[in-house]
Amino acid sequence: MVTSEPASVQAVAPVDRREWLAQILMGNQRSDRTRRLRESIILTALFAAALVSIATTIGIVYTLGIETFSFFQQVSLIDFLTDTQWTPLFAQKHFGIWPLLVATLLVSAIAMLVALPLGLLSAIGLAEYAPPRVARIVKPILEVLAGVPTVVYGYFALLFVTPILQRFIPQLEVFNALSAGLVMGIMILPLVASLSEDAMRAVPRSLREGAYALGATKLEVIWRVVVPSALSGIVAAFILAVSRAVGETMIVAIAMGLVPRLTLNPLVAMETMTAYIVQVSLGDTPHGTLEYQTIFAVGATLFVITMLLNLLSYRFLKRFREVYE
Amino acid sequence: MSAKPLLPVDHEFTPRLAFRKRLGTLFGILSGLAIFIGLATLGTLIADVMRDGWPVLSWDFLTSYPSRRPEQAGILSAVVGTAYLLILVALIAFPLGVAAAIYLEEFAPRNRLTATIEINLSNLAAVPSIVYGLLGLGIFVRSLQLGRSLLAGAFTLSLLVLPIIIVSAREALRTVPPSIREAGLALGASPWQTVWRFVLPAALPGILTGTILALARAIGETAPLITIGALTYVAFTPRSLLDPFTVLPIQIFNWVSRPQPGFHDRAAGAIIVLLVVLLLFNALAIFIRARLQRRIRF
Repeated sequence: MVTSEPASVQAVAPVDRREWLAQILMGNQRSDRTRRLRESIILTALFAAALVSIATTIGIVYTLGIETFSFFQQVSLIDFLTDTQWTPLFAQKHFGIWPLLVATLLVSAIAMLVALPLGLLSAIGLAEYAPPRVARIVKPILEVLAGVPTVVYGYFALLFVTPILQRFIPQLEVFNALSAGLVMGIMILPLVASLSEDAMRAVPRSLREGAYALGATKLEVIWRVVVPSALSGIVAAFILAVSRAVGETMIVAIAMGLVPRLTLNPLVAMETMTAYIVQVSLGDTPHGTLEYQTIFAVGATLFVITMLLNLLSYRFLKRFREVYE
Repeated sequence: MSAKPLLPVDHEFTPRLAFRKRLGTLFGILSGLAIFIGLATLGTLIADVMRDGWPVLSWDFLTSYPSRRPEQAGILSAVVGTAYLLILVALIAFPLGVAAAIYLEEFAPRNRLTATIEINLSNLAAVPSIVYGLLGLGIFVRSLQLGRSLLAGAFTLSLLVLPIIIVSAREALRTVPPSIREAGLALGASPWQTVWRFVLPAALPGILTGTILALARAIGETAPLITIGALTYVAFTPRSLLDPFTVLPIQIFNWVSRPQPGFHDRAAGAIIVLLVVLLLFNALAIFIRARLQRRIRF
């Protein structure tokens, strides 16, 4: 068999070719040096790109920190944490975070009451019951729920869910925590489902087979072996979902109202931390005023809460990885 | 596992097997029901939006500016704003994200700084989007004096989607087998040449897919843009990077927030347009994955 050389090699005359080969084999000092220089520049640029993520975090902490600091020079931390009214936009100003915080926690709790059972059941259904072919089709469709923009959910909550609920609960206000929470629960359902499913799939087969061998039925294997073994992963998913609910903005800004009110009644309008930030941002608040600083103080509170939840979730996740790897 | 026996030995071994199995079937039905609730909600949502928004859709709706009269209001400025923003975010976030991913996956030494970057990335992915809005307001709008401009919005959203792009690009790079890198190095290519000419082309379909999905996320974002002060009523298209702008989700938010039902239907119409755009992006991602992946086989 004749081996054919590449066209570029054939085109070179014999003498040149010897030089050319020598150059390849022995290396060209000058081009080597420029190459090395060029590559160190490229590597530095790549490194700088990786540092952007660190810069982002520093930027967040700095921005929130500096405005929050000015805020607390005018409002005492004690007031912030003990006052039960939040009225920075009125003449009679109060800066108690509780109305916003309670509204945020209430709507998150409603969302989790929907997302946890439905998400966990969906995960069990997909991982244990559904034939693989069905699961392969259903799972991506379910994930679409997580990809729908939140402003669309806001529309759905305000103009579809609330009117339907009002037929059953006449005293339900147009803006309320109930429908916002229910819709938010559906939104975070895929997050709970897919993370819990991952956790359950990571449970080794031998554990299930052991239980089956002992005479357990499928349900007993699921509830007494699979779910307990995957528990830290499921808890991590749950905490992450709470964090997502706490930081969710558009659903609550549209469907829950902009009335800071300290109550646990899910049928009336309330204002979450995120909704307050939106409310102030919609107006033209001048830089440097106390109103401007309030959104950073509220944002900082939100950031700290979600950060703690994320760290907690991460710890649970790590523990669950340690068990079987 | 705990020392407690799995099944309490005595009485549960008097099986009642039929009952236990029926209980299992019941539970299977229950879990099917849960999945159905999720799917049904998605279906209802789409049907509801279609019913309200379909009559509104017309060529005029796409090519008119917003108006105080619902029947004349259109989404031209929002569509143009979304398109500009999308191009800018792609130009900023794609090179940055891929560069960071290449560094972390191919070159980063295993030291404390790298570990910090990794932890930081997973944290950033879980930061609420509105906090990015506050970051953008403090840094881009105020400190860098970009104002409530297209550019400030693009930078803010770029930072928001960067962790998503980096994570997906790293996954794509990881699927390229080490033998490809070894072959490149064995032929005398430098580490960078190996990455640039062999690894990156092989990982490109995965990287593009991830980037497109990240951009789809950016299209739907509302809260950070409201926070940096993107206007809700814009009756013009931006002419420069420093002009104010609006985007589809903000236009939708604006119309939903008004009391008149006429505007609600306009919002539904804009939602249909938004969902179609998202659908196209996802289809493109799936297409690229299927098409380009076929060319490269390991």
